This record gives sequence, C-alpha cells and structure tokens, in this order.
Amino acid sequence: MTYVRLLWAFFRVSSMREIQYRTSFIMQALQSLIGLGTGLAGLGVVFAHTSNLGGWRPTQLLAILGVYFLVGGVINLVVRPSMQRFMEDVRLGTLDFVLTKPRDSQFLISVREVQIWKMVDVLMGTVVLALAVTGLSHSVGFVQATGFAAALLAGAIIVYSFFMILATLCFWVVRADNILVIFLAVYDAGRWPVTIYPGALRYTLTFLVPVAFAVTVPAEGITGRLSGGTLLEAGVLALVLLVGSRWFWTFGLSRYTGASA
Amino acid sequence: MKRRLAIWRAQARNTLAIQLQYRISLVIWMIGLVLSPLVYLVVWTTVAHAKGGDVGTYSAHDFAAYFILLMIVDHITFTWVIFNADFRIRQGALSPLLLRPVHPINADIVENVSFKLLMLMVILPAAVVMSIAFGPRLHPDPWAVIAFFPALLLAAVLRFTVEWTVSLISFWISRMAALDQMYYVLVLFLSGQVAPISLFPAPVQLAANVLPFRWMVAFPVELLLGRVSPHDATIGFAVLLAWLAVGLAALRLTWRLGLKQYSAVGA
Repeated sequence: MTYVRLLWAFFRVSSMREIQYRTSFIMQALQSLIGLGTGLAGLGVVFAHTSNLGGWRPTQLLAILGVYFLVGGVINLVVRPSMQRFMEDVRLGTLDFVLTKPRDSQFLISVREVQIWKMVDVLMGTVVLALAVTGLSHSVGFVQATGFAAALLAGAIIVYSFFMILATLCFWVVRADNILVIFLAVYDAGRWPVTIYPGALRYTLTFLVPVAFAVTVPAEGITGRLSGGTLLEAGVLALVLLVGSRWFWTFGLSRYTGASA
Repeated sequence: MKRRLAIWRAQARNTLAIQLQYRISLVIWMIGLVLSPLVYLVVWTTVAHAKGGDVGTYSAHDFAAYFILLMIVDHITFTWVIFNADFRIRQGALSPLLLRPVHPINADIVENVSFKLLMLMVILPAAVVMSIAFGPRLHPDPWAVIAFFPALLLAAVLRFTVEWTVSLISFWISRMAALDQMYYVLVLFLSGQVAPISLFPAPVQLAANVLPFRWMVAFPVELLLGRVSPHDATIGFAVLLAWLAVGLAALRLTWRLGLKQYSAVGA
C-alpha cells in the first residue's frame, strides 16, 4: 500500500514538473502522430503488394503496431527515464540519496522519473489496438482477452527486468547509458512479427533482446494465435528474469561503494 | 590549399581519437545502420515468397542486392548534423566554432568523412555476412558500375548540403525534435529505404523524382543494380546537380541570415 502511494506521489511530482512545459505536449503529440503515420504508411506499402505477410493479415499487423506503440509508450513513460536517471546518479554519486531512503531501493529507482507526455503514445497504441480488434475477422472472446492480458503482463515484466539488468551493469561500467539505446534501436524491429525473421535473427529478437515477448506474443494473444506453450514460456521467462534481475541488483548494490563511503 | 589540408588532417586525427574512445557507441551505430535495411529486406523477402517469386520487378535475390547496397550507400551518405543542430545553437556550442579561423562546416565535413571511413570497417563485413545469408543478385552494365562512383560521391555531397541547410533552421526554432522527425520520415520513404521507389503508388513516385531525397540514396543503388537506362541516368545526374546547386545556394543564404539571428552566449 505504501508503494502504491509512493508510485502515485512520483507520478504527481513528475507531472507537475512537466505540465510547466505545455508546448512539449503539442510537440509530443505531433511526434507521436508522425510515428503513427510512418507505421501505417509502412504497412500500407507492404499490403499494397500482398494480403498476407508470413501468415499475418493486415488487421493482425495493425494489432502488432498497436501493441508496439503501447509497450514502447510505457517504456518511454517510466522505465527508460527512471533507468537513465539512475545511471546518471551512479556516475555523479547522487545515488546515495536514494539508498538512504527507508524504502526498497530497486522500487525507488524504477519509478522515480515519469515523462507524462509519453502517455500520448500509450493512448495512441490503445486506440490502434482497439481499431484492429474491431476489424479482426473473429470476435475476441474471453480466452483471447485473458491470453492477451497475461502475455502483455509477462512481456512488460520481461522488458522491465531486461532494462533493470542492463542498468545495474553501470555499477561496474560507469558509462553504460548507451546500452539502453541498443534496446530501443532493436525494438524498432518489433513492429513486424518476429516470426518472419530467419533463424539467428529471430533467436536474437526472442532471447537476447526480448522484443518478441514484448510485442509479438501479446499480439498473438489478441489475434487468437497464441499457443499455451508460448504463453507458458513467456511466464517462465518473466519469472526467471524478474528473480534474476532482483538478485543481480542486490549483488551489484553490495559491490557499490558510493560517493560518500 | 596546403593550409586547408593541414587543418583537415588535424581535425580527422582529433575525430578518430574521440570516436575510438567510445567504442560502445560505435557498436550502437552499427546496429542502427544494419538493422533497418535488414528488417525491410526480411519483410520484402517474405512478401516475395508469399507471392511465389516477384514483387513488381523485384525477386527475393534482387531485394537482397537492393537492401545490402542501400545499407552501404546510406552509410556513406548519411549525416547527423540535424540531430546535433538544436543543441549546438541553443546551448551556444557553436560560439567556439565561430572563433576558429575557418568556416565551421570544415570541421563537420572532416568529422563526417573520418567517421564513415572508420565505420566502413564494420559495415563491409556486415554486408558480406548478409550477402552469404540472402544471396543477392545484381547485373549492371560496365558503364553503370563506372557511373556509380560519381553518383555516390554527388549523392553524399547533396545529402550533406541539404542536411546542413536544414540543420540551420535551428537558428530560428530552438526545439528541432518534431522537425527532425518529419525530415527523417521523408528521407525514410522517398529515398527508398522502406521499399524500392518503383513499388510505391504513382503519386509517391512522382514526389520522389521531384524532391531531392531519391537522388541522395536510391539513385546510386539502382544504378549499380543495373535498373537505370543510360537515358534515365543522364536525367538523374542532371536532377542531382540541379538540386546540388539549389542546396549550395540555400546553404549560403541560410547561413548568412541565421548568423545574424544567433544570440547565444558569446555571440
């Protein structure tokens, strides 16, 4: 309960800071719209020549695009800014201010920074997803909805833990902020279903950089092509990464000497 | 001229030393440069297979040749001046550059060229690996191979000129992010990075022919693929040179007007 209140407090403080810059909202909205236009135009060009991309139909790919914006929006809303601030804190020695607070430090560094204007991306992703769902040939029943929700949750946990592990590396490598950029560069490949990529590339996008679990698997859930096995895999991976990232964080923290120590 | 060369050499040494310091950034750049053409190559190969062979006039092997060449040409021609622009002007980082006895564009040119040469050592192996994986096929006439090199050089000069000019807009607009993105989208579609221009609907093709973007990237690629007739190649070079003339004039004008606007610390 305390943590929910803390979460809300961080959200409010960040929002208050950002609301000062209202032009940023218009800029962000404009950028999101351009991003959406680019995504749709890309789909348009491809589907002008075919009606089926590796077994995916246009509306199903629209669903992928929706999930892509939704998950990307959440990453840019809270995960990336928080992790960036954390890495900056390690570099500057200001992390001590977090460590001295009487709450779980991993929780604090994970939610400290919220860029509320990125909500536009989350919203836009939801709208695209909703449009795609109404256009699907089959109706989305309870099974698909649950599968989607479970896969999305697993995907979110996987992405968060992945970011967390990368960020924790900065206890050893001080200038590791670029590592986060790698994920974002590779994330771009997620706007297409990873099933179309050949062997090694698909493997990379599934396990090395878990774009598949972040986007393709939830989209498989909503389009009714998700198998129980894949969902189970996602669940297990989410659990393993979550526990692993927690362990790695504790381990890294025990090695951290701080600025004032 | 001798003095200019000495300046360029010093700047190149400096740039390489800085770049080699941040090796991880180089890896990130490589991923970015390789990933985008690779993704579209996979997408179009999938479409080609689904259609049982060809999309337009492109087979899966033609797509492989197209996107691998595109990767190399895009690498050689791209610049990052627009992304640095608003920082440079808003934060006043331009001021020390203005104090130098040579035009700031000199530093950018050398930085650009030396970074390209450095990265070519990573891009070329990536191209080899992709060639083994996807089996590209190209059959240019000998004249097209010869024409490719001046086309590539002019394309690089044109892209640099246009993007340097666009970057100068930050003299007037302090937040360039949205503008950057719009420019980037135009380049993405109209320079042939999403798909070969001939696969787009007719109005888009017309826009691509009239605007400068196609001539910055797709033109040299199509030339080396053997898809441009001598007649079209001549027109291509003419359009390229015309845009280059316009670009250079615009650059001079924008620079002069912008500098009067410039009011950062130290100006």
